[in-house]
Amino acid sequence: MVEEIGKTVEGDLVINVGPQHPATHGVLHLVITLNGETIKKVEPHLGYIHRSIEKMCESLSYRQFIYTTSRMDYLSAHINNHACALCVEKGLQIEVPERAQVIRVLMDELTRIASHELWWGAMAMDLGAFTPFFHAFRERETINDIMEETCGARLTMNYMVPGGVMADLHPNFQSRVKNFLQLYKSKIHEYDELVTGNIIFQNRMKGVGYLSAEDAISYGVTGPAGRGSGVSCDVRKLYPYEIYSKLQFDEVLETAGDSFARYMVRLREMQQSIRIVEQLIDNIPDGEYQAKTKAVLKLPKGEFYQRVETARGELGVYIVSEGGTTPYRIKFRSPGFSNLSALDHMTRGEKLGDLVASMGTLDLVIPDIDR
Amino acid sequence: MFIKEYFKDIFSAIKSLLVGMRRTGYYFTHHKEIITQQYPDNRLELNLPERFRGEVVMTHDEVNEHACTGCSACELACPNGTIKIINKFDISPEGKKKKAIDTFVYHLELCTMCGLCVEACPTDAIKMANTFEHSVYTRGQLTKQLNKPDSKLRAGVE
Repeated sequence: MVEEIGKTVEGDLVINVGPQHPATHGVLHLVITLNGETIKKVEPHLGYIHRSIEKMCESLSYRQFIYTTSRMDYLSAHINNHACALCVEKGLQIEVPERAQVIRVLMDELTRIASHELWWGAMAMDLGAFTPFFHAFRERETINDIMEETCGARLTMNYMVPGGVMADLHPNFQSRVKNFLQLYKSKIHEYDELVTGNIIFQNRMKGVGYLSAEDAISYGVTGPAGRGSGVSCDVRKLYPYEIYSKLQFDEVLETAGDSFARYMVRLREMQQSIRIVEQLIDNIPDGEYQAKTKAVLKLPKGEFYQRVETARGELGVYIVSEGGTTPYRIKFRSPGFSNLSALDHMTRGEKLGDLVASMGTLDLVIPDIDR
Repeated sequence: MFIKEYFKDIFSAIKSLLVGMRRTGYYFTHHKEIITQQYPDNRLELNLPERFRGEVVMTHDEVNEHACTGCSACELACPNGTIKIINKFDISPEGKKKKAIDTFVYHLELCTMCGLCVEACPTDAIKMANTFEHSVYTRGQLTKQLNKPDSKLRAGVE
């Protein structure tokens, strides 16, 4: 009998995972067609946490709409805000002071580390290991405290404003970041001891959820998931914004394309972010933290696009302006949406038990997908 | 050959498991490295950073004077319609009309703590306080009047 993959026939089992399920990291609903234990089709159903952020932005001014984007990818809120601020600055042709640029990059990289930390803990928890979650949160908590002290909030910072950042760095910032770097370096070996070196973990990750480089490109998979397949897609390297072109860091690439490759990309990316923070933390230039801007921002008529590299991949902000105080249309190209679309292709023909592991390596944030 | 590989796999699996267990055991016996805070019990020594955005408050000095001129900059800056300023006109002894705030209404239930109102305020009349325990029994309690009763505009603030 010829097995028809992707077609529901009599005798197939259709099960629903989610929308309330601990492994889906939010309210993602997966309709899975099974043949025995083998996955034939995975159909994601979206929209459970749709808040129409894009439509909301149309009635908010260019200063106001930035705060809504912290609620999209809440684990890299800084980077989302950064993308919007950059896009508005592009339209207004504001020159951002160098100090503000350095602060922004520092915050971005700290956010990236915090996001990958949480992913690492959640990834291990997806596979049934509970302890790593607390180890990851210990380091992440330190970053959250730094954010709280300087930006005033732990997750939804709203620190980036058009023209720079909202407030100057807290006097304790440098010493606390250095303490964090020290803590992180003294604890990094635990990650390998607990999870990476574990044979059970490796057997569940290696050769599972394979995504070839061609498929990654055709599905638009970006970020660590794309780089795990060997696709060079780091926006910080390819289309440098702010001061990234002056910094020394490597684009992390793995060629295996399986879950373990995506895992290793994220672990190694944390090291690169640490490298960037180390380069900048002693070299924050003096000067203004915010450029002088008008009280009411009006973008000239036209279309503006800016992309940045979030912890999950490429985030694009597209603003259409009619010349007024509010945007005519805003579109976000969110990394999670494209990465999720590859899930069906990745898991077809594999076992149901590996679905959650493959999904975990994509690092999905559901509010980012639904917006 | 196969059997040799088989036992080698089992041995390395057990070894990697023990390496991980040693880490867990380390924290089991080293209680000083645990950083968990027992939240409701540590309320007294809980110090939040001064910049923490908990709610909007209006600063008043000892003689019950504030710096709010009622210019509505915060009202315009707010993305959610959290702030509503009701103005009145005071008549000064010389018979001149002067604008002043009657009520500064603040809807805590609509506030997302973005801090844009504080940024927009030209006279630094409002600021973000770091109180965070906002749960109440009825929704009406969340609508607050920020200017204290009988408070006045500080002299010299325009």
